[in-house]
Amino acid sequence: MSVEEKVKAIIVDQLGVAAEEVKPESSFVEDLGADSLDLTELIMAMEEEFGVEIDDEEAQKLIKVKDATDYISSKS
Amino acid sequence: MTELTKTALVTGGSRGIGKAIAKALAADGLQVYLTYVSRPEEAAQVVADIKAAGGSAREFKLDVSDRPAVAAFFAEEIKDKVFLSALVNNAGMTKDGLILRMKDEDWDRVLDVDLTGPFACLREAAKIMAKQRFGRIVNLSSVVGQMGNAGQANYVAAKAGLIGLTKTAARELASRSVTVNAVTPGFIATDMTASLPEAVLAKFLESVPLGRAGTAEDVAAAVSFLVSDAAAYITGQVLSVNGGMYM
Repeated sequence: MSVEEKVKAIIVDQLGVAAEEVKPESSFVEDLGADSLDLTELIMAMEEEFGVEIDDEEAQKLIKVKDATDYISSKS
Repeated sequence: MTELTKTALVTGGSRGIGKAIAKALAADGLQVYLTYVSRPEEAAQVVADIKAAGGSAREFKLDVSDRPAVAAFFAEEIKDKVFLSALVNNAGMTKDGLILRMKDEDWDRVLDVDLTGPFACLREAAKIMAKQRFGRIVNLSSVVGQMGNAGQANYVAAKAGLIGLTKTAARELASRSVTVNAVTPGFIATDMTASLPEAVLAKFLESVPLGRAGTAEDVAAAVSFLVSDAAAYITGQVLSVNGGMYM
């Protein structure tokens, strides 16, 4: 699976949204309905899946799905 | 997929209040995992007693102040292995002394076990319970955490801190149907109070309107209630079990 597909799977699993709703331009909070606990768990799930560490400052910049995918790709 | 067994984790379950809590939750139908530090035989006996009564239980050696050990324990024995219905932060210790003479290591040790330990366990449990969209966390604070007590600056600070932690955790985890409450036992007849001199004991009892020391079972009943479905709308609260010693 590509990074994009793995990130999508994590989002579907954590937020309980349908795969079709998860587009690169989807905003976690506004489009996908994530609350602060969701965001924290998403970050943790991505850290675990990709073996990266995402500090709080960087985490705050991940607004859309594309931001997360780009960030992880740049780290691996 | 087989359903995971509903389990309650009780830290410090080999004796005293923890032992009574372990037995009560087992009687309520939960599988009980209890931790101990220095009493393996007593822990094993509690497990045996629970099994003899038809319940399910296991004991684990765990120093809650050892954060990596706590993380490892949750990763190996809890995550994806059981349904973590409840965490009861009961393990605690004292190292009494007046503030003027309290040593750094006595302050640190009690804060580590009585406040940092519960925080470490709560953090691990929260990750699992948030995913489960269900959980019950009960923190054993103390009447002295509410009143103060000369000679127990470290213990009181930790127990009062635990009440604050309870309220914050309650706010953070409520959206996931995880309730977090504290129980503040008063003067309870256990090892911790057994070594007190007669005169101190008598003085304490004078201050209890109901005129007796509490039993570990009195406290366990409160914990059992907070863990039950009946307490689903109760969170961020302090349930005092002290015979009226503090109101």
